[in-house]
Amino acid sequence: MSSFRLLFEVALALMQARRKQTIVAGVGVLFSIAMFITLLGFMNGLNMLLDGLILNRTPHVRLYNEVKARPKQVSEEYFNDTSKKYFVSSVRPFKVRKDIYNSASILKSLQQDIRVAGIAPRVSVQVFFTIGSIDLAAVVNGIDVPAEIKLFNFKDYVPEGNPIDAMNIPNSIILGKGIAEKLMVQLGDMVPVTTSAGERYTLKVVGIFQSGIADYDKVTCFASLATTQKLLIQNSNYISDIQIKLKDLTTAPLLAQEFAKKYQVDAEDIQTANAQFETGSDVRSIISYAVGITLLVVAGFGIYNILNMMIYEKMDTIAILKATGFSGKDVQSIFIYIALTIGIIGGVCGVLVGLLLSYGIDQIPFITPALPTVKTFPVDYNPKYYVTATVFAIVTTYLAGYFPAKKASVVDPVVIIRGK
Amino acid sequence: MSTSIVLQAKGINKFFSDPVPQQVLKDIHFTITSGEFVSVVGKSGCGKSTLLYILSTMDTDYTGELFLDGEKMSNQSESTLAAIRNKKIGFVFQFHYLLNEFTVLENVSLPAYKLNALPKEAIHDKAIQLLKKLGIEHLALKRANLLSGGEKQRVAIARAMINDPIIIMGDEPTGNLDKKNTAIVFDIFKELTMEFQQTLLIVTHDDAFARNTSRTIVMDDGKIVESGL
Ligand SMILES: Nc1ncnc2c1ncn2[C@@H]1O[C@H](COP(=O)(O)OP(=O)(O)OP(=O)(O)O)[C@@H](O)[C@H]1O
Ligand SMILES: [Mg+2]
Repeated sequence: MSSFRLLFEVALALMQARRKQTIVAGVGVLFSIAMFITLLGFMNGLNMLLDGLILNRTPHVRLYNEVKARPKQVSEEYFNDTSKKYFVSSVRPFKVRKDIYNSASILKSLQQDIRVAGIAPRVSVQVFFTIGSIDLAAVVNGIDVPAEIKLFNFKDYVPEGNPIDAMNIPNSIILGKGIAEKLMVQLGDMVPVTTSAGERYTLKVVGIFQSGIADYDKVTCFASLATTQKLLIQNSNYISDIQIKLKDLTTAPLLAQEFAKKYQVDAEDIQTANAQFETGSDVRSIISYAVGITLLVVAGFGIYNILNMMIYEKMDTIAILKATGFSGKDVQSIFIYIALTIGIIGGVCGVLVGLLLSYGIDQIPFITPALPTVKTFPVDYNPKYYVTATVFAIVTTYLAGYFPAKKASVVDPVVIIRGK
Repeated sequence: MSTSIVLQAKGINKFFSDPVPQQVLKDIHFTITSGEFVSVVGKSGCGKSTLLYILSTMDTDYTGELFLDGEKMSNQSESTLAAIRNKKIGFVFQFHYLLNEFTVLENVSLPAYKLNALPKEAIHDKAIQLLKKLGIEHLALKRANLLSGGEKQRVAIARAMINDPIIIMGDEPTGNLDKKNTAIVFDIFKELTMEFQQTLLIVTHDDAFARNTSRTIVMDDGKIVESGL
């Protein structure tokens, strides 16, 4: 019989003699692992959902022209004398084009850039919808419909109607849900639109847009690029925004700078635009890890306790084993095996229970108008949590077993035998 | 079988410092040759148990030299001594000290599993043979904690013998037994020496027991006053 097998069998016999406590300690590990997995899976499911809401809709880099204050005082430019200070109050921003200069060649250049996963140009226009004597202000975003569907899951936010129709049917519009409700229109209806320049058009409703953010849905509509350019009375090169999705999200800040310089436009990256979301996710992750690890440490103390108790009760056994030729190291191994057996069995069962609990949460209906694509609570089944939990369970139980085992290994059989 | 030195003690001293410094063993010299049945007697507190723990290699805190089977035991590592105890020494305690988690058969087999010289089946066969010789083979599959005192002591003797040790030591193995069981255990020891030339070193308070052994060492106040030779 191999040494491992012999020591393991002795360990099993000792556990059997203290079956109840062993089971309690194992259940402690099971519970903490299961909770760890469920908590992290659920928390991260939520994180991914919330991040996804932002990430799916937000371009990694956005190119646009910003209306800014003049970088230099007019007077400074005029007098060109740095030894004196000249002030002119109430300086207005200088006139900038709202559209991106030379957009066609920028689009072409971006399309050839291998770091870019896709681009979607936009143009927006202020409009009024007139119902009776009331004017409702709104923004119509002109979009490249297939690109938006592909890059930003636009289809998910159009619960009624087919967004492709906006491209295929001339003079059509997708209304925000809030606007559609106020106007009391449905798919197929015609709505009158007045642009800020005073032009009047009639557009056909081909879809209802719902982002989940009610205030946004009250003021936002979508139309094809061509329709929007027509509202603005501009040609097909008139683009005010270029949204870029990158292959690697993390390169966004660097590439934003590069594009801004190269194309002489303003550029904003997703990290800058959504810094607060990252922080929120991180905090939630840290909290769940902290709770999970606390649970495991408590389970570790449970194992520590039962082993200490077992060693105290089994002094005779330890003395006999040593008297008959088991070394201190053998005795230490026996108690380590006890700890690891509890840890591994408790851990494996905990992983299974955690998976079941996660699956259970995944079945609970979670329907909210804010999240049209979500039907049940989100759960992340990332194997990372399962592996982390298992590794942590084994490490904790090993440590919990190590110190009592060390104590058992130095038990002096003479003291025990004499003590009788 | 030729006689050879099994155990040799050279100038063994043992001190306890708790509660007051005290020398418990004073310059112990003696040898035991194979096949001897040696008993150790002496007044209570004269250091018999202390000596036996040193001879059994469990206590390493002494001065002087100890040889077992020609090999020096002093200053060996803990794990080496454990291996030597496993292979060469059988020990029988006054209180039977069986492992209550295991059956009689497993208790007897455990040192042999540890030695790992034989397959499990062979160990069991050997253990059953020993139990048979001690008249308790019918108890083989019983849990150790269910046995009577006399039965337990016989199991302990079987366990001490399982690895064919060069010496079996006992600290008052009959101290806790009635007359009848004492007689049984004594007969077993006697038979072991007669039949297998098993070397035995037994500490006892029982004068009748000591008188029937082949040699009696008498101790007094930490010294050997009579070597029995
Ligand atoms: N750990 C210890 N610390 C201090 N003194 C001890 C210790 N162990 C034993 N002694 C003392 O050493 C002396 C010898 O003890 P030992 O147990 O060897 O006697 P013994 O001859 O076996 O006695 P008995 O016949 O009663 O068993 C005693 O005086 C005892 O009090
Ligand atoms: Mg004694």
